[in-house]
Amino acid sequence: MKREDIKVCVLRVGGTNCDAETKRSFEELSVQAEIVHVNELVKRRSLMEYNALVFPGGFSYGDYVRAGAIWAKWILAKLGKELKAFVEENRPILGICNGFQVLVEAGLLPGFEEISPYPEAALATNFPPGYNCRWVYIKHENKEKCIFTHKIPKGKVLRMPVAHSEGRFIFAKEKEKQCLERLYENDQLVFRYCDKNGEYAEGEFPANPNGSFHDIVGICNPEGTIFGLMPHPERCFYWWQQPDWTRRERMPQYGDGKLIFERLVSYLEKKG
Amino acid sequence: MKALKSLGTQIYAMRYQLKIEVSLKPGHSDPEGETTARLLNELGYKVETVNVSKVYSIFLEAESRKEAEMKAEEMCKRLLANPTKDNYSFVIEEEK
Repeated sequence: MKREDIKVCVLRVGGTNCDAETKRSFEELSVQAEIVHVNELVKRRSLMEYNALVFPGGFSYGDYVRAGAIWAKWILAKLGKELKAFVEENRPILGICNGFQVLVEAGLLPGFEEISPYPEAALATNFPPGYNCRWVYIKHENKEKCIFTHKIPKGKVLRMPVAHSEGRFIFAKEKEKQCLERLYENDQLVFRYCDKNGEYAEGEFPANPNGSFHDIVGICNPEGTIFGLMPHPERCFYWWQQPDWTRRERMPQYGDGKLIFERLVSYLEKKG
Repeated sequence: MKALKSLGTQIYAMRYQLKIEVSLKPGHSDPEGETTARLLNELGYKVETVNVSKVYSIFLEAESRKEAEMKAEEMCKRLLANPTKDNYSFVIEEEK
């Protein structure tokens, strides 16, 4: 598929944010991106017109019940069939921050046995408690499965910003070990929190900003086509979005977030 | 009480109040509870632990208490609780 023909849907509801940055990131890569309100998508039944779907960050529906829960159940109730078809055709879905919470609540991630009727993990309240907005280092852990990071060398350290109160990735206590093993077996672990030298955070704040189990930042489904992460790649796409650009004489033109968008676009080009 | 006609049979729907409590499973850390406990101690109360839970008060119509119970159970599983970290319990009261 030609790059110019690729169409990405960036979903929006009350409380989402950075949809404009996400759209701009795709457009910088010569891909068509459209910000679509979820009600519009339901009305037009047009999900299958798009080659990829993005759930952006924010606080959808005021984070009521649990962060991401209402949007997730709403999408399943209104667009369940279309979403299932979308997933079965291996069309990519990206969940950023609140979008990651939506994918977990919808049972799409980790999705050990396809779409799960109930969440198999949770993004719980941060520990230490409170809203945390900071730049973090994340280490790429995926061998080759995740299409959003394919060809990024394993072990590469990226820098991205996080901004959330509920980002502590956990499994049910009694299944923790077994679920972690499955993540490794299926090559579903994508990023872990680390320091700037690439040493794992081992749960220590601030390198691990939320107390996430096993320093988990983001995971993909067993097929590698659905990916969720807490940091915001669209907030570190350009050099001028970096926190230290005024202190450095020369900056690379783009930030690390570009890699995620680039890998996705490259996958879509080849997929045809 | 409200009478409903269904296939010629008259069914009476009762109004129920569900009080659903969703709390964290034991062993899961409760940062909100810990912070609250710390502050209560600062205020001079000798507090050991605080556990935070959410209570949903829901009014609905159902044909029987059993049906109301089934609905409460479904609501918890489908939306109100995440089985990874939450326990839930509910009390059902018939509205007089």
